[in-house]
Amino acid sequence: MLNDPQNLSLTRVFWITLKRDLMLAYRRRNDLVSPLMFFLMVATLFPLGVSPDPQFLSQAAAGIVWVAALLATLLSMDSLFRSDFDDGSLEQMLLSPQPLALLVFAKICAHWMISGLPLTLMAPLLAVMLFLPEQGMSAMVISLLLGTPTLSLIGAIGAGLTVGLRKGGVLISLLVLPLYIPVLIFGTGTVQAASAGLPVGGYLAILGAILALGMVLAPVAVAASLRISVSD
Amino acid sequence: MGKLLPWFVIATVVLMGGGIIWGLAFAPADYQQGNSFRIIYIHVPSAILAQSCYMLMAVAGAISLIWKMKVADMVAKSCAPIGATLAVLALATGAIWGKPTWGTWWVWDARLTAMLILLFLYIGVYTLHSAIENEITAGKAGAVLALVGMVNIPIIKYSVEWWNTLHQGSTFTVTERPKMPPEMWIPLLVMVVGFYCFFTVVLMLRTRAEILKREKRTGWVKELVEAH
Amino acid sequence: MTTPLLEVKELFCERDERVLFEDLCFSLNPGEIIQVEGPNGSGKTTLLRILSGLSQAFEGDVLFNGQSVSEARDEFLSSLLYFGHLPGVKATLTPEENLRWYCALHPHTRTEGISAALANVGLYGYEDVPCHSLSAGQNRRVSLARLHLSDAPLWILDEPFTAIDKRGVARKEALIASHAEQGGSVILTTHHELGLRDNLRQVSLGSPVEVV
Repeated sequence: MLNDPQNLSLTRVFWITLKRDLMLAYRRRNDLVSPLMFFLMVATLFPLGVSPDPQFLSQAAAGIVWVAALLATLLSMDSLFRSDFDDGSLEQMLLSPQPLALLVFAKICAHWMISGLPLTLMAPLLAVMLFLPEQGMSAMVISLLLGTPTLSLIGAIGAGLTVGLRKGGVLISLLVLPLYIPVLIFGTGTVQAASAGLPVGGYLAILGAILALGMVLAPVAVAASLRISVSD
Repeated sequence: MGKLLPWFVIATVVLMGGGIIWGLAFAPADYQQGNSFRIIYIHVPSAILAQSCYMLMAVAGAISLIWKMKVADMVAKSCAPIGATLAVLALATGAIWGKPTWGTWWVWDARLTAMLILLFLYIGVYTLHSAIENEITAGKAGAVLALVGMVNIPIIKYSVEWWNTLHQGSTFTVTERPKMPPEMWIPLLVMVVGFYCFFTVVLMLRTRAEILKREKRTGWVKELVEAH
Repeated sequence: MTTPLLEVKELFCERDERVLFEDLCFSLNPGEIIQVEGPNGSGKTTLLRILSGLSQAFEGDVLFNGQSVSEARDEFLSSLLYFGHLPGVKATLTPEENLRWYCALHPHTRTEGISAALANVGLYGYEDVPCHSLSAGQNRRVSLARLHLSDAPLWILDEPFTAIDKRGVARKEALIASHAEQGGSVILTTHHELGLRDNLRQVSLGSPVEVV
């Protein structure tokens, strides 16, 4: 009675999901700019609120850029599953025999490509405005390149747990910020070490290890969270 | 469980009472810090317990997720506010210790900062529990979050310690404590055990209340209520 | 005696301190259609969500081909088509893109059948129109087009006839009947008077019992 199932390999399912999310984001291109503007504005608050003194800023630059990137990522996390939840697509994903963790991983990758990656590319602009020492510049970009995917992965856990709740946005921050702290510490540590001329290999290795751990564990945790959130 | 309760209450009173008196009155004054160091008799046990409580919360959550035991779920839920209170207590007593010893109410050392982050983790779990209306769903979501937190705790500790060594320099290491003679650490041990007993008492009371709340429509609860 | 496709044993569900149903037992065999009926708020949607595996808020057993749904998860999901309250259709995508995505999620579907399926639900010519330009009824029809695409034997349909006109309802009823004739099974809820007569059973959920 059943036709031969079309044999979709897991890689194919991954790509189809990734393309779908990117296409959805592209059709709402105007929404993509907001996190970037937020990133820029937050970084601007520090010279305005504390001091524009180059001495202070160049010392604080690494931390300011990282904190701003962290907050901008948090802001964009709520939209990861919300639209799918609201129109019923999430239910269909949960009812699919394809592994949910794979679908989730593809969605998170798409999310990073439209949030974390643009942030990383915009970071040099902010670094220049905040007088980050030149030696620290490449470390800044690489640390963000390794760190922002982890932020998306961990943030997705928060998004998965709160997708059924109305006031999900603020709650995500509360759940996820403590978990972001190691990435923040090592990310800024990398940049500060580079700015002082010290080797950064070790820090990057740690950031890479955290990312690897996140890539393996986070999609599973997110899948479990989604099943729990939808079961209401 | 009701039968064990009185024993634990007695044990708590004896151990905590004995510990407090011994610590406050009989242990010799530390040569460096005078009498103010006695606060560690509350600070250290509450810090140890705040961490153990999180482990228990995560393990109970895991049990309730995997084996679907309701009791484990309720234990996990009760742990969150208790653990948060213990963390606050540890931080507050840490501050009280700090003021006369180092001159400031707060210092960003590795252990206090890690305890603060632990408090944030507790607050996250508790907030998630209260944000979800359906109790069973709330328990499951909290369990997932607690497990994620548990995996992260070693990473957080390591990163905070590393961060601390980077920024503290070698002025003085706040976390190091001189070796304590037996007259000092025995009452400390007594206090730690006493705290564990106190914690168990509070946990049992809260879990019992939670059970009553959940099962209020079942027959045995109605009998219990009518009997009183 | 063949094992029923879907079997429910002593199902118990409580929501907001009210017992929706308890000791609910029924089974569904290939070729049968069951209509779950009851007053508003009696838990029809909840029951369907439990049967499809979306909700875990129940006690009792739900068996698929004799095995519990959680054990035979992959097999169960491959054999299931669920139509719920929410259409599962993304507004920024076209009907064709939405159905392509559905085909990627479910192995027992054929992408070649998408155009025919859309024509069958009266959306011929609208394949490339973004769904936000379509009416609510048209969006639901995009979701219903899945019924023409999928080979899944078990259909769980929650109010499939909402926002569909009379002719469309008659066509969908015929589709459901032929699905059952070919050995498939359907569980549905609906407010409409069903014209189907053969193979139709009813499971009634009463008004929820107030718990003191």
